[in-house]
Parts: sequence; structure tokens; C-alpha cells
Amino acid sequence: MSKKIFIAGFGGQGVLLIGQMLAYAAMYQDKEVSWMPSYGPEMRGGTANCTVCISDTPIASPLVTSCDVLIAMNGPSLVKYENMLVPGGDLFINSSIVQEPTTRTDVNVHYVDCIELAEQKIGNAKTANMVMLGAIIRQTGVVELNVMDKVFEKTMTGGKAKLIPANREALSAWGK
Amino acid sequence: MKPVFEYTKGMTEKEMHYCPGCTHGIAHRLVMEALDEKDDLGNALGVTPIGCSVVGHQYMNIDMMESAHGRAPAVASGIKRVHPNSPVFTYQGDGDLASIGTAEIIHAAARGEKICVFFINNAIYGMTGGQMAPTTLIGQKATTCVDGRTFAQAGSPIRMAEIIATLDGAVFVERVTLTTPGGVRKAKKAIQTAFEVQEKKLGFSFVEIISTCPTNWGVTPVNALKWAKENMEDYYEIKQFKCPEEVK
Amino acid sequence: MAEKKLMKGNEAFATAAINAGCRFYFGYPITPQNEVPEFMSRELPKCGGAFIQAESELAAVNMAYGAASSGGKVLITSSSPGIALMQEGFSFFASTQTPVVAINVSRGGPGVGSIQPGQADYEQVTRGGGNGDYHTIVFAPASVQEAVDMIGKAFEVAEEYRNPVIICADGILGQMMEPVVIPPAIPPVPEEDLPKIRPWAITGHKNKREKNSHNSVWLQQEKLEDYINSYWPKYDKAERELADWESTDLDGAEVVFVAYGSTARVALEAAEILKKEGIKAGLIRLKTLWPFPKEAFKEIGPSTKHVVCTELSMGQMMKDVECALQGKLPVSLVNRVGGMLLDPIDAAERTKKILEVK
Repeated sequence: MSKKIFIAGFGGQGVLLIGQMLAYAAMYQDKEVSWMPSYGPEMRGGTANCTVCISDTPIASPLVTSCDVLIAMNGPSLVKYENMLVPGGDLFINSSIVQEPTTRTDVNVHYVDCIELAEQKIGNAKTANMVMLGAIIRQTGVVELNVMDKVFEKTMTGGKAKLIPANREALSAWGK
Repeated sequence: MKPVFEYTKGMTEKEMHYCPGCTHGIAHRLVMEALDEKDDLGNALGVTPIGCSVVGHQYMNIDMMESAHGRAPAVASGIKRVHPNSPVFTYQGDGDLASIGTAEIIHAAARGEKICVFFINNAIYGMTGGQMAPTTLIGQKATTCVDGRTFAQAGSPIRMAEIIATLDGAVFVERVTLTTPGGVRKAKKAIQTAFEVQEKKLGFSFVEIISTCPTNWGVTPVNALKWAKENMEDYYEIKQFKCPEEVK
Repeated sequence: MAEKKLMKGNEAFATAAINAGCRFYFGYPITPQNEVPEFMSRELPKCGGAFIQAESELAAVNMAYGAASSGGKVLITSSSPGIALMQEGFSFFASTQTPVVAINVSRGGPGVGSIQPGQADYEQVTRGGGNGDYHTIVFAPASVQEAVDMIGKAFEVAEEYRNPVIICADGILGQMMEPVVIPPAIPPVPEEDLPKIRPWAITGHKNKREKNSHNSVWLQQEKLEDYINSYWPKYDKAERELADWESTDLDGAEVVFVAYGSTARVALEAAEILKKEGIKAGLIRLKTLWPFPKEAFKEIGPSTKHVVCTELSMGQMMKDVECALQGKLPVSLVNRVGGMLLDPIDAAERTKKILEVK
């Protein structure tokens, strides 16, 4: 198994965090993993993206020009990156804000209205990124959902620990 | 019989390479005497500059190192982190401190580094052969301004002590002169105070020392003292700019 | 075994340095290495160390020079243009035989260049960008874990050789997160033990020994010549003992890639692509850039028809490869520059074209 995942959106959407959570989960499942962010002079509100490679064998290049899974958290990201996705790949679209239609017909498209779901089901719009993360995990099986408990426990410590229940719940907000 | 004067243990017996009439020898001795009197020769750590006094470590009987041109305050800041309780000082000339090393001296002072800086101002580049220094006076001749420095061509001489005194991190700032015996005594006092300020961890201390360069000024040693007194002390005011209450 | 942690390269570098006993760090902000000074500013004071945000890279390297000369274990980091500014310092470190470890999280150049990863500092770090007869020892990690392991070794080598050691990382290694096991912590040398452990350091003679003087100026040139000749054997020793590399699939390889750092991972992937297409490809990955691992090239067998240098520069490493091969095989360059990255598919395609032309 080897998956290259590309997550793009604008700063503040938790784009880098979604990728990091996937990377932690993969590590706790003893998989090989790398996480590589875009970096640049833009700080807040600018574009943000990251690449996560998860594999059973050592990761060669941590950067990708094509990916197996693409997450478009905003419209410009979909337009810019949709051609990176391999045929048959999984395309996750943040349908809460993406208005643009995808031009790809050879991929599995998953519309995730993560902001509405976060607001309505969790009562906290800030968990929208975890709603998207849950969708990715449950749809692709790239990591196991139950390992996320350990990820939350290890990464959300101190004052952040009280946010764990809402985040855990958010992982299951999308879909059936 | 009680000796009236003794060669300080702070100076090695190596013969100095400085020109006749140069005041580096006096300044070296004053710094070493100040350390010796506090029984600190074994603890002191010094940094020499690039310039005539680059090999000052051969004459001063303490652990010392050379630094790249102008960087002595940065080097001393690094030393002080490793040895926070040892007396650390730099000994720098005017090209080193007031030209190529302006960033390092300003920021060491701004950080309030607990170090002493002894700044030898003789208004000329000595080692390289008499070029204009940032402290060369208007009208003063040098090999890169043979008709005398002009404001139009080279701007104005820099008064370092005044600049350093504007920074809150610098708590002791004084300009002294070696042109008279009285001046030498006051210089020694300022150097002693600077070390006391460091020992008490009060902040950065800076002593500017008006000095001579008879060779590159093209005058005799005696006339060099006279020239410095009449010209340099007119532009560079001999004055204590700042002194903390704790050491007054 | 210690627990695996997911760490960003720059933070892992800093953690590894602290665990190696480093307690002094001097730095100046420059992308893509800013997490190192940020981390050090938080962590060093907690473990009895010191951090200064210097006014420039020039001041940072000279603070390091003062701290290391007086016995401190020092790390400095920067990125390409900042490393250029530090070259004055490296020359002084070499001149006075003072140990220091520096990390170059390199980016595209020349000039200010780009802030994206680059390898165009090969000549800067291997040739000694400062003046005079000296070398800097240069390690080139390809993963966060390898960087962490090399940092520990770099402190040992710097101390043994009394010479600067540069870790040549790049923007990818600095910014990426990978699982990493940080080596156990070595306690730092307390100030009072420095004179015993590093007797050459300026620590104050305490009226118990002759004074130590670190001089870089030699006004009698014959003495400088003697001095250089006296320390030069350590560089011969380094060439014998420190040169390091890793070979993959050289047996029967038609083409051999040569690469270092994160680009070696791209080359490895390109080799895999070629193998799937029936072209046997191997890789020599340089783990030290100076000393250059010349011996590695003796492992190339008779099946190999071509050597391809994959690097993010206009062929700076390739010059050393050509020198090591002494004209025995054709050498070509597959590169990107200016902060652009090599893509494995593109690298494989370009390699195929090179093999066809032959």
C-alpha cells in the first residue's frame, strides 16, 4: 500500500493540520510516512497546501506531482490542482464553499459539506477540518479510524485536551 | 623599601611592536592593572580586534583571542554566555569599532551585554598605513584624503561615546584621554569602573580612549600628544556620559 | 528503543543538537530554517543554555566563534545567503582550529534567490567559501532521521578534528515532518570542567597555567606556512576516514545515478521507474560532500554505461563526480535550479533520452 495525498486550501482552514493528523495516524500504525508543507511569504489567508505520503515501504520522494487522493478545501485549489489526481483517485471537495464544478469524470468525487456538518452536528464550526479528515479516513481507509484516539491523546494535550470529544465526534459527522 | 612603581603582572615581558609615542602601551597597561588589582588576571577573557592591537594578546597576560575585523563585541557576547561570571572585554580601534564593526558594537550595547569595551580612538588607520578613519577630523590629512578630510566628500567624524550613550543597555559610558598624566589617571579610573559595572552585572560599559598615532599623523611623539589635546579633545568631549549609581 | 516522534526537520535538528550536549545557539531569521532559532529560544534557557538572536548572520557566526573558543558546544544554522555571510567566521574557526557545527537549510540562489529548496551551495560549503587553506567537513543527510543521527556525529567529528562541520540540509528536510527517534541526551560539560575537557579553550588561566591565546594573524609568513603544514594532516585523515556513501543496486546497472540529500530520494524513485521499464538503474548517494567519497565510484561495474548526476544546481556536484571517474564513463546532468524540484518521472524520462543519444 502506498498513498500520496495532497491537501490544499487557504491558510486558517486547518489544511496543514489535516495532513499532520493523517501523518501521526500512519506513524502510530507503524507505516512509513512523510508530511511536507508548502512554505512561503504568505502567512494568513494565503494559499496553503501539504503532501502526505503513506506507505508500507520507505518513502522515496516526499514531494509529488501526481496524487492518489486530493482534498480541495476551496475553489481555487480545485481548479489549480484537480489535474494532479490519478485516474480512479479520490477527490474530496469542501462543498460548503467550493462553487466550481470539477472537470474530472474519471475519479471518485466526494462532496463534504464540512462547515455545515460541523456547525449542525458538532455545534462548532472549528471542527470542519476534522469532519473532512474523518471523511478521508473512512472513505479511503488510508489509516484506521480507531488509531485517531491515540493521535488526539498525543497531540491535544494540556488545555487542548478538552477539545478531544468534539474532534472525535467530528470524524464521524459526514456520511451515513 | 617600599616600591613606588612595579611592572604589572598583567603584562608579559614581550617587546612591543608599537611605534615610539603610540599610546597603545599605556592603554594595555591600564586595562591589565585594573584586572590585576581585582585579582582577576586568571579569570579575565579578552578579545583583540584587527588593527595595530591585533596581537595585543601577546602583551596582555590573560587568556585572549583575536576576532575578525569589527566583530569583537559579537565574539565577546558569545564568550560571556559560556562564562557568565568571568570579566570579558574587547579592545578595539576606531576602524574596527566605528567603521566595519558598527552593527556589532551598537547591538552589543543595545542588548546590554555584560562586557566592557575599550575603544582606542586615534582618528586614523594605523596598521594599514594612515588611511582616513571614521573618526578622522575634518581637515585632518590621511592617505585617502591627502588634502584633509572634507564633509562634502567623507561626511563627519563619528562620536561613538555619544551614540552608545543613547542606548539603554549601555549603563556606563565615558570618554577619557591619554594626552596628560591626569588624563591617564582618569582613564584608569574609568576602566576600573567599567569592570566593576560588569562584575555587578549592571549592563554594558564603554570607555572611549583618545589616543595618538605619531607615525601616521606625521608628528613627533610629544607633538602627537599636543595635537590630540588641541584638536581631538575639542571635537571629542572628555566626559562621563553615564554612570550607574551603584558604582559612583 | 526510544519512542518515534513525528517531527518537523528543523525542530528535530535543534532537539538533536541539544541532546548532543549543545547549549549555545546564535542565529538570525531566514527562511526556511526559522523553526531552529524559534525552538532554541524556547528550549535552551530551560536546560541551562543560552540563545541570542544576533543582529546578522555575521554576528551570529562570530558569537559562535567566541562561545566555541571559550569551550562552549555551539550550533549555528542558516540558509544559503546567510551561510555566505558566515564564511568569514568559518575561515576563523578553521584558522584557530575551533570546533563548531553549522546547518545549512539551503535554498535557491544566487543572490537572495528563492526560498524553495536548492542544492546550489555545494561549492560554497565544500570549497570553503572563506579565505585560506582549510576545509569544512560536510555531511549530507537524506531524511530527518539521518540528519538527526548525523548531527550527533557532527559534534563528535567537530571536536575530534577541531574544525567546522556543516550539515548540508535543504528546504525539504527542514520543513518536512517524518517519524524520528531522537538519540538519548548526553549531559553538557559544566563550565568548571571545560579547562580539563578542552584545554585549548580560553577559559581564564586561573594563575595555574600559561595563558591561552587564539591567534589568526601571522605577521611572519614562514610561521604561518609551518602552522598550516602542522594541521593539514587532519584533512588527509578526514579523507581517509570520514568519506561516506550508500550504494543501491549497482550490480548490473546500466545507468548509475549520483545524488545527495533529498534529491537522492527522487533519484531512487526515478531508478525504480526505469527498472519497471527494463532499464537497470543504480544509485550512489553521497553522505559526505567533503571529503568527497571517491572510493564509491570504484564500485561501479562493467555493466554501467552512463552516470547521471541528479542535483538542484547547474552541475556543481557533477564536477567532483567527473573528477572521481577520471573520464572512465560519460557523465550527464539531470537537474532543476533556482528552487525548482526534480520530479522522479521527469528525471526518469530525461535519463532515458540521455541513454538513447549515446
